[in-house]
Amino acid sequence: MSDSQNANDIVQMTPVLQAFIDEWKDKQGNLIMILHQVQEIYGYIPREIAIEISKQLHVSLAKIYGVVTFYNFFKLQKAGRNKIQVCMGTACYLRGGEDILLEFEKQLGVGVNATTGDGAFSIEAVRCLGCCGLAPVVVINGNVHGRATTKQVAGLIAQYRKAESV
Amino acid sequence: MANMIHLEINGKSVEVPQGTNLLNAARAAGINIPNLCYHPDLKPGAACGLCICRQLVPDRKDPSKLVVSPKMLRACCTEATEGMKIITHDPEISAVRKTVLELILANHPNECLQCRRNGSCELQSMAAAFGILNVPFPTEVSVATPDASSCSIVLDPRKCIKCGRCVEVCQHMQDVWALEFIGRGEKTLMKPAADASLTNSPCVRCGQCITHCPVGAIFEKDDTIRVAKALQDPSKYCVVQMAPSVRVALGEEFGLPSGSIVTGQLYAALRAMGYKKVFDTNFGADATIMEEGFEFIERLNGKGAMPQFTSCCPGWVDWCEKYAPDFLENLSTTKSPMQIESALIKTYFAEREGIDPKDIFVVAIMPCTAKKWEIKRSKEMAASGQQDTDVVLTTRELARMCKTFGIDPSALPEEPVDSLLGTYSGAGTIFGFTGGVMEAALRTAYCVVSGEATPPVLEFKDIRTMEGIKEATITIPKKDGTKVDVKVAVVHQLSNVEPVLEQIRSDRAAGVKPRYDFVEVMACRGGCIGGGGQPYGTTDEVRANRTKGLMTDDERCTVRLSHENPEIKTLYSSYLEAPLCEKSHHLLHTTYSQRQPYAN
Repeated sequence: MSDSQNANDIVQMTPVLQAFIDEWKDKQGNLIMILHQVQEIYGYIPREIAIEISKQLHVSLAKIYGVVTFYNFFKLQKAGRNKIQVCMGTACYLRGGEDILLEFEKQLGVGVNATTGDGAFSIEAVRCLGCCGLAPVVVINGNVHGRATTKQVAGLIAQYRKAESV
Repeated sequence: MANMIHLEINGKSVEVPQGTNLLNAARAAGINIPNLCYHPDLKPGAACGLCICRQLVPDRKDPSKLVVSPKMLRACCTEATEGMKIITHDPEISAVRKTVLELILANHPNECLQCRRNGSCELQSMAAAFGILNVPFPTEVSVATPDASSCSIVLDPRKCIKCGRCVEVCQHMQDVWALEFIGRGEKTLMKPAADASLTNSPCVRCGQCITHCPVGAIFEKDDTIRVAKALQDPSKYCVVQMAPSVRVALGEEFGLPSGSIVTGQLYAALRAMGYKKVFDTNFGADATIMEEGFEFIERLNGKGAMPQFTSCCPGWVDWCEKYAPDFLENLSTTKSPMQIESALIKTYFAEREGIDPKDIFVVAIMPCTAKKWEIKRSKEMAASGQQDTDVVLTTRELARMCKTFGIDPSALPEEPVDSLLGTYSGAGTIFGFTGGVMEAALRTAYCVVSGEATPPVLEFKDIRTMEGIKEATITIPKKDGTKVDVKVAVVHQLSNVEPVLEQIRSDRAAGVKPRYDFVEVMACRGGCIGGGGQPYGTTDEVRANRTKGLMTDDERCTVRLSHENPEIKTLYSSYLEAPLCEKSHHLLHTTYSQRQPYAN
């Protein structure tokens, strides 16, 4: 994600999103479709945007947050510039996926579904990524790291940190 | 007449109207199926899983025989159908119910003795009924912190059993949308969206979530300690007023049937608690009619926006300020009876008695949690120079105070109210139920416009029902021989407001005269008698009894017109010049402003 937005910036509605809302406004299932689009564009559901959607769709903010907090897919916090996904599917779990997750949490100092203070990394636990033969699997920014071990965690973090500064 | 359905409950034949759920069908057979989430006011949610029952169905192999189906139906959301044979209890059903209760208790803090609902908790009495002595599951209690940000309502999510009544009440009964299920599964919390605190949420503090909560997860902000301290403070001159609907509800807390009128006993109890003067908000209601009634006549004659909306109900006023700012100029500027009474206590009464208003401590006993907010809602709430009402106690808080003081109002002889701001007319007392404010206003408006001493009918039957939206047209003969048709609407339960506003908006858009001249709104179902500060256990039956109590109180009054109340006459002849005069504008009227549903 090339978004270099500061956490304190006021999030603005993008023309793409507005066009999407206009298209879906009066259709059935509009809320979930629009929220998907918001998640896609911003990487999370910003409060300001949720309030704006509430006004435009005449849906209460309570209802929107009910939906947003029900589905794991929607995030309330902006993801890190580097998105770490640790697979907790059956195969990966049995081969130590949880240990890897805990190691990432320990080294980055944040829990699952949270972002580091500098906005560099966020950790997510996901279900089966469809490559059980490589278990345990870690995906960072879409790159698959198979047969991962806890010992590799520090190296992976350093690798992506370095890539950022280039 | 609804179609009737015939079914068997535990072998007993019952007849119920079509659409009845099994829970209520069983009640017709004398069985109260245990449950924790169902409430007759609300759509069933099937959340708690206690009301399970089973059906006798034909055996698959031998259809001539009936066998017990293994399927557990939830009685709250299963509609009774013709010929059904239902079993509401057997050893297996009881065992499942007990397990469900144990699972709820495994996530519930074990602090009944330190809980606001100790003695009135539905979970507590259910656990007692099932004789639960231990919980055979690992216990895990939420560590979420209580939200005490609101001046009216406290949310304690640790005690929540996730029955969903509060969410249903807040969203669909009250159209407020402050509470929602946030999160999922065991982590679900009932709270406002966007991490807003309750006070910064759209909450209008009606307190209906409190009266519908089965446990101690939502309760009123307690102010009894402040009042007890003030009563002990020799420098404070404590004065009390009580709202119309308190007198027909408080008795329930002392074992009397709902609707019992305990006015005189309450005066005695309040005096026994140490109040120097016991006044009555009903007097304030009569004064409200003088101001609001004359304000209405002015608007009817072209001075001000039409229709006029009543403004006695702080839940409705807050809702209007948040959700319908296009109607703010329609809200009557007249303050609520409570605020009028308090302003007059700290000015008119204080001057008469030669007491410094700074030393007067005004306590208002209200059926309402929103009243705790109203006393600070705008600068006009300090018309006397200081906050006019010092503390609002709900009916429940007053009951607790009586009990801690060792006073049982039901056992006391009746005493009279104190003079100057205590005498009331029948019109003042009917403010407590839906349609009452309108009826009281029409009684006086009729007399003023027509010049007649009394209206041909005092009781306006069309607006004395439990319909959510009521309409009536009252024809008043004018002094010049012409007639005026006054079209009124009466709305209670906030979810019924929007449709009425929409109709008026469509009249506005079409550029025609609004279809109504005067609209009464009360936030709670049934009006104040069903308020968020009233004793627990409010249902339509209880509402009807309390309403009946106030109607009886009205009938017993020798004076049934606000403007005929002798103390009202004294007020206007000796202190205020006339309704809507400069002094009454300063003391008895207020302003409104738009508020954001989500502050900050």
